[in-house]
Amino acid sequence: MNHKKEVLVEVKDLQTHFFLDEGTVRAVDGADFVIHRGETVGVVGESGCGKSVTARSILNIVPKPGKTVGGEILYHRKQVGIEQTLDLIQLPSQSDEMRGIRGAEISMIFQEPMTSLSPVHTIGNQIGEAIRLHQGVDKEAARELAIEMLDLVGMPLPDRTIDQYSHQLSGGMRQRAMIAMALSCHPSLLIADEPTTALDVTTEAQILRLMQQLQDDLGMAIMFITHNLGVIAQMTEHVVVMYMGKVVEEADVDTIFYAPQHPYTQALLQSIPRLGHKTARRGAERRRLASIRGMVPDPYALPKGCPFHPRCSQKIAGQCDQIEPQMVEVAPGHKVRCLACTGV
Amino acid sequence: MAEALKNTTSAIEAKNPVLLEVKDLKKHFPIRKGFLVTKTVGHVKAVDGVNFFIREEETLGLVGESGCGKTTTGRLILRAYEPTAGEVWFNDRKMGLVNVPELEKHELKLLRQNMQMIFQDPYSSLNPRMTLLQIVGEPLLVNGVAKGGELQDRVAELLRVVGLRPEYMTRYPHAFSGGQRQRIGVARALALNPQLVVCDEPVSALDVSIQAQTLNLLQDLQEQFGLTYLFISHDLSVVEHISDRIAVMYVGKLVEAATTFALFQRPLHPYTEALLSAVPKPDPRLRTEPIILQGDVADPANPPSGCYFHPRCQYAIDRCAIEEPVLRELEPEHYVSCHRAEELRLVGVLGKVVT
Repeated sequence: MNHKKEVLVEVKDLQTHFFLDEGTVRAVDGADFVIHRGETVGVVGESGCGKSVTARSILNIVPKPGKTVGGEILYHRKQVGIEQTLDLIQLPSQSDEMRGIRGAEISMIFQEPMTSLSPVHTIGNQIGEAIRLHQGVDKEAARELAIEMLDLVGMPLPDRTIDQYSHQLSGGMRQRAMIAMALSCHPSLLIADEPTTALDVTTEAQILRLMQQLQDDLGMAIMFITHNLGVIAQMTEHVVVMYMGKVVEEADVDTIFYAPQHPYTQALLQSIPRLGHKTARRGAERRRLASIRGMVPDPYALPKGCPFHPRCSQKIAGQCDQIEPQMVEVAPGHKVRCLACTGV
Repeated sequence: MAEALKNTTSAIEAKNPVLLEVKDLKKHFPIRKGFLVTKTVGHVKAVDGVNFFIREEETLGLVGESGCGKTTTGRLILRAYEPTAGEVWFNDRKMGLVNVPELEKHELKLLRQNMQMIFQDPYSSLNPRMTLLQIVGEPLLVNGVAKGGELQDRVAELLRVVGLRPEYMTRYPHAFSGGQRQRIGVARALALNPQLVVCDEPVSALDVSIQAQTLNLLQDLQEQFGLTYLFISHDLSVVEHISDRIAVMYVGKLVEAATTFALFQRPLHPYTEALLSAVPKPDPRLRTEPIILQGDVADPANPPSGCYFHPRCQYAIDRCAIEEPVLRELEPEHYVSCHRAEELRLVGVLGKVVT
């Protein structure tokens, strides 16, 4: 697994803000992490923590009035004949270069397959479009390749499904079509934004298995965005925890689940009901869940100091509410942004 | 095993009286075609012969995948939909034992004081033009329980009970977050001090940390007011956490029902086994190989022959495609509808076969 240590994408101090009439929302406010080639990175956090905006910043498709105002996203490109490092933020969103990368070298699958597929084009039409644009082949060849992709993602009767519309497919089939489209140009990074949240558990298991198989076969890196800690534990190698636009903890998956340092990560893990735990205790007594008090602060009025301090059980009065903590490496590959764990 | 079972049922061993019993409940929605002249071309059998009961002060979890009829079942119990067939016996505080589908309109009004519902989406289930006082106070006003100053006092009390400040009474729902809105929905459901609360996916739309707060609130209120819950959810971890007993539905039918412990430790239906194994476990050291079901959930308008689950079942035999299994009590209070339930040794949530 030597290739894994080769860096693919480096996100450095990313700042993506939304300029609204009500004020500026700092959706992403200092995100740092690295994705290696062939690695699966999980990004976890609650709604509004900036995980989806981070993904959209990488693809340079942040919707208006949002804008990436700072930081770097270094993409180490390694295609046939080209080896270069690009800062994706510096490329104009509509430039040929960005368009050549988006959908081909870095592609994305979305949460809701019904709204992200076109209802007036057939599945084949949509997959074929990506293939024609990025691989420069003609219609016939694109159709052949699209059927091949549908077959690869386990679509039953691919040569018939290719002429169907998205409403004729079930949720699981739609998500398979999305994955086929995203993978049709063999990307080196696949960004999966809550790919199974809208699906039932048995369908979710099918899709997760499929993604694992495809990763083994095609060797791409996956950035897996989800709020489901179960999916994180089962699918990823490296985990990034986000809160209010900041990465608060980053480590390998085992460390995150067995030795988390940041109080937010700890609280998040304690607040989920875990399947089998009650049964393992013979189901006898009723238990309360450990919940995080309060709620996510208003994005227009972020608290001073550490954004988590009003909800934190380990806060140091006079420090956490004054000083903004920095990311500190507490062990090789394990970084935490917390004054209580790392000292001032 | 028998020993263990006894231990776990001890909470219910006291055997509270049955509050609600559903017998062979059915709801078939007609599929109509044509314009001007419409005709019925078929039926979606959303709920097709469901049997279960709930004891007083217990929580029954109703689980299944989307489209399996769990929400429809909840609505049939409240008679928000008219059932096609079947009985719903409810032991009403005022009227005594009544069969809900046979009630007259004025009796239904009385019934609904004792049966309430909490909805999934806290954004669409609250009227944006009404203040909290109006939303939470409406059931009190409509049923002539309180008005004027008394109404305000009662609403303030209810808001306090669900952990909201009474001063918020004059605000509108848009001023609140998802978790707070769900609390408003809970306060409204509790306004008339109901016996039974049907909770339809009450935490599915909430974030993890808010979900824990809401589940704790529901548990506290149950203890405080002696509530009985029908807890509808697709999330097995949540259902395991909150339920005393669980019923599993598949395409309009009940496939298994038992105490939470029995069902999770030793499922008797292959669908329950597959569901339990499909949930991604939040533990990276426990990377399990889930049972992958082939294909999709059957179409309730055009279900397969025999057992509805047989095309996806890894244990199916010829008989399963021909004969429809009936729900039977295989062990005390453990109901299952599978031809092979006796011989199969299925894996529970602890990842092993328990005999």
